[in-house]
Amino acid sequence: MGRALAVFLWVMTGLSVWMFLSGKWWFPTAISEHGPAYDQQFLLTIIVVGVAFVAAQAALGFAVWRFADTGQATRAVYSHGNNRMEILWTAITAAIFITLALLGQRVWWGLHLTEAPANATQVHVVAQQFQWNFHYAGPDRVFGRTKPEKISDETINYIGLDSDDPAAKDDTVTQTLVTRANTPVQLTLNSRDVTHSFWVPQLRFKQDAVPGLDVKVHFTPKTVGQYEIACAELCGQQHYKMRAYMLVLPPEEYDELVALPQAQFNKRVGELVKKYPVNTHF
Amino acid sequence: MAEPEVTAETPAAAEEHAAHGAGHGAHHAPTGFVRKYIFSIDHKVIGIQYLLLALFSVVLGMLMSILMRMKMTWPDHAWPVLGWLFPEGAPGGVMTPEFYLSLVTMHGTMMVFFVLTTAPQGGFGNYFLPIQVGADDMAFPYLNMLSFWTTLLGLVVLVSAIFASGGSVIGPTGGWTGYPPLSAIGHLLNVPGQGMGVNLWIISIAIFCVASLLGALNFIVTLLNLRTKGMSLMRMPLTCWAWFTTAVLALLSFPVLLAAGVLLFLDHNAGTSFFVPGGLSNGTTVIDHSGGSPILWQHLFWFFGHPEVYIAILPGMGATSHILSTFARKPIFGYRAMVFAMFAIGLLGFFVWGHHMFISGMSPLTGAAFSVLTLSIGVPSAIKTFNWLGTLWGARIRFHTPMLFAIGFVSLFVAGGITGLVLGQTSLDLSMHDTYFVLGHFHLVMGVAAIFGMFAGTYFWFPKMFGRKMNETLGKIHFWPTIVGVYSIFIPMHAMGLVGMPRRYSQFYEMLDGKLVWIYNFNSPTYPLIQFVSWAAIITVSVQFLFIFNFFWSLFKGERASDNPWEATTLEWVTATPPPHDNFGGRVPTVYRGAYEFGVPGAPEDYVLQTTPDETGPNVAYADEAEGQGRGSSNGNDVHG
Ligand code: HEM
Ligand SMILES: [Cu+2]
Ligand SMILES: [Cu+2]
Repeated sequence: MGRALAVFLWVMTGLSVWMFLSGKWWFPTAISEHGPAYDQQFLLTIIVVGVAFVAAQAALGFAVWRFADTGQATRAVYSHGNNRMEILWTAITAAIFITLALLGQRVWWGLHLTEAPANATQVHVVAQQFQWNFHYAGPDRVFGRTKPEKISDETINYIGLDSDDPAAKDDTVTQTLVTRANTPVQLTLNSRDVTHSFWVPQLRFKQDAVPGLDVKVHFTPKTVGQYEIACAELCGQQHYKMRAYMLVLPPEEYDELVALPQAQFNKRVGELVKKYPVNTHF
Repeated sequence: MAEPEVTAETPAAAEEHAAHGAGHGAHHAPTGFVRKYIFSIDHKVIGIQYLLLALFSVVLGMLMSILMRMKMTWPDHAWPVLGWLFPEGAPGGVMTPEFYLSLVTMHGTMMVFFVLTTAPQGGFGNYFLPIQVGADDMAFPYLNMLSFWTTLLGLVVLVSAIFASGGSVIGPTGGWTGYPPLSAIGHLLNVPGQGMGVNLWIISIAIFCVASLLGALNFIVTLLNLRTKGMSLMRMPLTCWAWFTTAVLALLSFPVLLAAGVLLFLDHNAGTSFFVPGGLSNGTTVIDHSGGSPILWQHLFWFFGHPEVYIAILPGMGATSHILSTFARKPIFGYRAMVFAMFAIGLLGFFVWGHHMFISGMSPLTGAAFSVLTLSIGVPSAIKTFNWLGTLWGARIRFHTPMLFAIGFVSLFVAGGITGLVLGQTSLDLSMHDTYFVLGHFHLVMGVAAIFGMFAGTYFWFPKMFGRKMNETLGKIHFWPTIVGVYSIFIPMHAMGLVGMPRRYSQFYEMLDGKLVWIYNFNSPTYPLIQFVSWAAIITVSVQFLFIFNFFWSLFKGERASDNPWEATTLEWVTATPPPHDNFGGRVPTVYRGAYEFGVPGAPEDYVLQTTPDETGPNVAYADEAEGQGRGSSNGNDVHG
């Protein structure tokens, strides 16, 4: 029985490691500036985790193989432990774990604890059941006022943009996030009903859109293309298909687009969405 | 820690015992069926009641998980039976997305509260903590009864949600974490199940909180006050330490959930705004709430929620240590380190709740602090693993079914716990949060490992509880597909998480004109995994009926068990099988040594009972009644030597 269990543990460990190494199931290629740093930290962690996992399962397997009761005349080793070993393995694990924890702050720091560069494009993200709205300030770079009383799905004013505010005149609201390659973007996320979460696997981050709270996050998309935006916080029955797209456009194409007024803007976005196949890299 | 005196009981002392016994009232076995088996105040009966409650809940929870897998894997398939059972939840036999979400919520709630928090603590803890410390019952037997019946009431309310949540769902649809605003104002946004379903869900959990508090108090007082002669804290079995720590965690964390639940209930029904901010809209009108914070709920919930995962797993750790040592025929390696590690886990467990909230919008600096604390809690967990391996090193392992499951526990705990190193890092959680990676992580470490602890405990203690052993062959046939199955279900989920699959999605693809279309293209590599996991789940769940069959069959037909069938050392193996109403038949066991004295050089047998005064002599059950002076008849104990 012990040997069977040992073999099982080893095979299971082998298969688990294979699953990660096979390359069949891995992150999609990162497209943001912080992506490589994320991938590097993940790789480091998964190697530490993998080594510890393999070592522990292999040792467990070894113990059940080797130390089975086969009717030996001698008894088990009589020992209550070993304080030196306790101290040793506590110190080693503590050192490894704390190091990982500290290294694991780097990408976080960059996304959340540094100011967005002054040239960052500002986008207000307003989530709703079950749709994403992206609000751009337009050429005046001033966001028009929004008011909850003005929200009306019927008149397609999803975010309650107040047309009385002159700053709102040149604003655009779309359901596709358009960004400019190699230019920082700062998202300010909010929600008009329940909590949602903005999630693009290729960007290597997600962020909850919380009603009543403006959460800021900034990143720099690098690779031109079109990517899926998913909702990652349970928000209701259609949570599973609260989908939108993010376009990362070449600078010229982007600049051309954002100069357009609302009506043409959305039409042009419709064309661009067709132009760039989803999740393909250029 | 002086050794207790060994003296034959003086007449005065005997009188004192008798008086104590008479005063207690619980010592006289009740005779009526109702007082004996239904409204019993005997901790052993109550323990078994808890176990049956958990068994009922786990069967329900498992069936729900299969329905979920069916929906996700064959999203448009019509299952006529379901159409008949749930005409609105599965119209024409095709499950709706909201039906799926209600399954998720009920499955999670059922499993976390009514399985993981009842069986390991209320079940095994109730039955064995008093016996293992040598007490004749819990400190407050009536409170104990009350806590069981309150728990049952909570379960009844939760089950009633299946029928009362509105036709298209079988419960609320907001997940077991019930985040507002969805849970507070979901009904105003026409989300199915978020009306009465939420009410019943909160009430059920609130009742459960009260029950757990009563139980926790009882455990703590019993352990501190009712230990028998010689049972110093550091001689207690590790199971007792685990149940004690768990009770302390429950005492400190459930009140917070209770308070949060009351506030949510008010937001939902009375128009208050603890968790709902102003300026929300349903697309036509502004919602009449203002001033609350959705994140406040998350803090309160996870302040409870993280300790809760330790409430779920600590008793399993205790049982695993106990069983590993017994079947390794070796003292537990590093007993003190094990106790300290358990306390460290319990203590640190109150300072890491923020790791569930990195993405929530909480201050990023706070997140960084929680991250470092979280990885620190990995250290005592690693210590436990090292000590388990140390216990097995140089052992003479007997591979009985309980031992197989205990070894399985260690393996699963490592497999599931180790990915905490990924999820605990703020940076990495940016991607992994709320994906299938999390699902794989917590099912292995909290779900399945805890279940393995329960299986190990059941196979191990069944002979003591019912006087018969469970069938070994069936037990082994149960073990193998179960361990293969759980790994097959939950390891692939990590890979799905890497790909990016979010959790709580009712489906990932749909069939359009006979063609499979992905809702999100990025999920498409997971297709074979989705299929594989579902088949593994169906097979694994089916195999569990073997266990249930074995359980009930062995109750009546199992091989009769002696008092100490596993040749173990602790007090539950000193008394009769099954133990009499007052646990030790009016006698008082005296403890002379630590809990895990196996393989002691010079001892006549390879185990020394805690009650044996002289390790070079034969095992003795009641040394203070030596020289034939003991009151009462022998109880047929075959380890008297
Ligand atoms: C055969 C075994 C099991 C299977 C196949 C299974 C399957 C699932 C599935 C499919 C989900 C929902 C995934 C999603 O859409 O997010 C889920 C969620 C969950 N399961 Fe299990 N599960 C099993 C056992 C357990 C056990 C033993 C526990 C704990 C004791 C457990 C606790 C949970 C919890 C807490 C959730 C989260 C619910 C939520 O998101 O609100 N499961 N499980
Ligand atoms: Cu959403
Ligand atoms: Cu936690």
